Amino acid sequence: MSQQTENKKGQVETTGHVWDGDLREYNNPLPRWWLWAFYVTIVFSVVYWILYPAWPYGDSYTKGISTVEYTVEGEDGQEKTVSEPWNTRALFTRDMQSSPSALAQQEWVGKVKDMSFEAIEQDPDTLQFAMSVGHVTFGDYCAACHGAGGQGKVGAYPNLADNAWLYGNSYETIVNKIHNGIQGMMPAQNVPEDTIDDLSKYVLSLSGNAEVSGEAASRGKQAFASCAGCHGANGKGNEALGAPNLTDAIWGVADVPGCGDDVGCKVDEINYVVNNGIQRQMPGFGDRLSETQIRMLAIYVRQLGGN
Amino acid sequence: MKHESIEINSGLLIVLTLMVISIGGLVEIVPLFHIEETVEEVDGVRPYTPLELRGRDIYVREGCYTCHSQMIRPFRDEMLRYGHYSLAAESQYDHPFQWGSKRTGPDLARVGGKYSNEWQTQHLVDPQSLVPESIMPGYPWLLEDELDYSQIEARMVAQARVGVPYSRTQSEYEANVEQFGQEMADKLHVSNGVEVLEAQAAAENWDGDPDRITEMDALVAYLQMLGTMVDFSKYEDGHFNQFR
Repeated sequence: MSQQTENKKGQVETTGHVWDGDLREYNNPLPRWWLWAFYVTIVFSVVYWILYPAWPYGDSYTKGISTVEYTVEGEDGQEKTVSEPWNTRALFTRDMQSSPSALAQQEWVGKVKDMSFEAIEQDPDTLQFAMSVGHVTFGDYCAACHGAGGQGKVGAYPNLADNAWLYGNSYETIVNKIHNGIQGMMPAQNVPEDTIDDLSKYVLSLSGNAEVSGEAASRGKQAFASCAGCHGANGKGNEALGAPNLTDAIWGVADVPGCGDDVGCKVDEINYVVNNGIQRQMPGFGDRLSETQIRMLAIYVRQLGGN
Repeated sequence: MKHESIEINSGLLIVLTLMVISIGGLVEIVPLFHIEETVEEVDGVRPYTPLELRGRDIYVREGCYTCHSQMIRPFRDEMLRYGHYSLAAESQYDHPFQWGSKRTGPDLARVGGKYSNEWQTQHLVDPQSLVPESIMPGYPWLLEDELDYSQIEARMVAQARVGVPYSRTQSEYEANVEQFGQEMADKLHVSNGVEVLEAQAAAENWDGDPDRITEMDALVAYLQMLGTMVDFSKYEDGHFNQFR
């Protein structure tokens, strides 16, 4: 160190300041590479100003000579090309129309749009595309309530992963429900205290979850008359109303399987639903998702139930 | 002036440094006040109703913005996930705006109407009960705490002072009728604040309990409104490119 200092004495300029009698500060020139890099950045900025939006003046700004082209539908229905000064929104519009990934996607989306559901089922490649888009869309829009695997939540959100369909499993219905949403509703029933247990037991007996006989059975059956309007006289449900089948082992609202063999617990579960009714609401997604997106989602949702 | 005199005079150095570094900020910010294209002309954007305004206060109080942005950028992937990119006009009545800068959770700019009120309430109380893999903390007190809206009028006046068109006088009210329609203008009139807030809380069953007005009511009302004001189907591809 001291050697180097010694060598530079007299060769390198100092700033001229002297502290404590002999302390001086070298005034070395900037390294050449650094200086050139600095000049390059200046040139770069000038080029940038010319190409891109840069300097504000008055109530506007310099827009640059670089342009972005995209197509719009003119008033006569013909597509025409628009050329605009470079900006991120125009870039985005162009990206949506003509970036390689957008084009690749549009090709497949076009197929899904034009084909019937039956034809898509027969075409493995299109089906796979629809399923993967459906899967992603499901994850963002549906999984929050229905669960990542469509398993739903007993008492709150219907299970989509079983093959029981409250409103039926036609593609038309599924598309309709996704588009418009659902108001799921069972009115609270005003059943007298002394009859409700019999009613609930009768309901449970339809699926073999409880045994009833004699007078209790007939009282229960009589009370069930007011349920039959939606659930049907035999309790098999009604898809047009979204009234579930009460004779199978699937329970979406009352957690009957969670009770094990405890009939009292099962009766309490049913009583609760009868007394309080059901208020469920699914938002419609017609405003957010395109018709083709909804079709692909419907394909995904339908196969969740094993179709 | 010799460079030496700047170097040995720290007060002067500070003043000159501040002048130099403020140039960057001034050049970037000041023109935005004058460039007319900055805020898009778009139908539907209105100030928040009193209940939504309180919901927004709670959103800020609970620090939602530290994990959730409200800013959809003009990229294809963001469009596919979240919807149309955010417009400057959509946050013109936000003081301060809630764009955020971090997405630990998803963007919320268009979350309104995406999930049901019931879901929002349950999810805010206990996120993992609905989304097991979520790392969001629960906010159960929102459902327990009664909403304090005693100062709602003062809050509206405070917003009005920074430029949000809540009306205090008859002429301001009439201007609002002109701009937002009679029904909305009534909701934006400061002296109606308490009444309008209570009516909106009662009109829709935000938190599942119609008997009380809780903080949950306000927050869910706010969330369900986010991003729903502009009907983008009315505008053609590229319409907003003229504003930038």
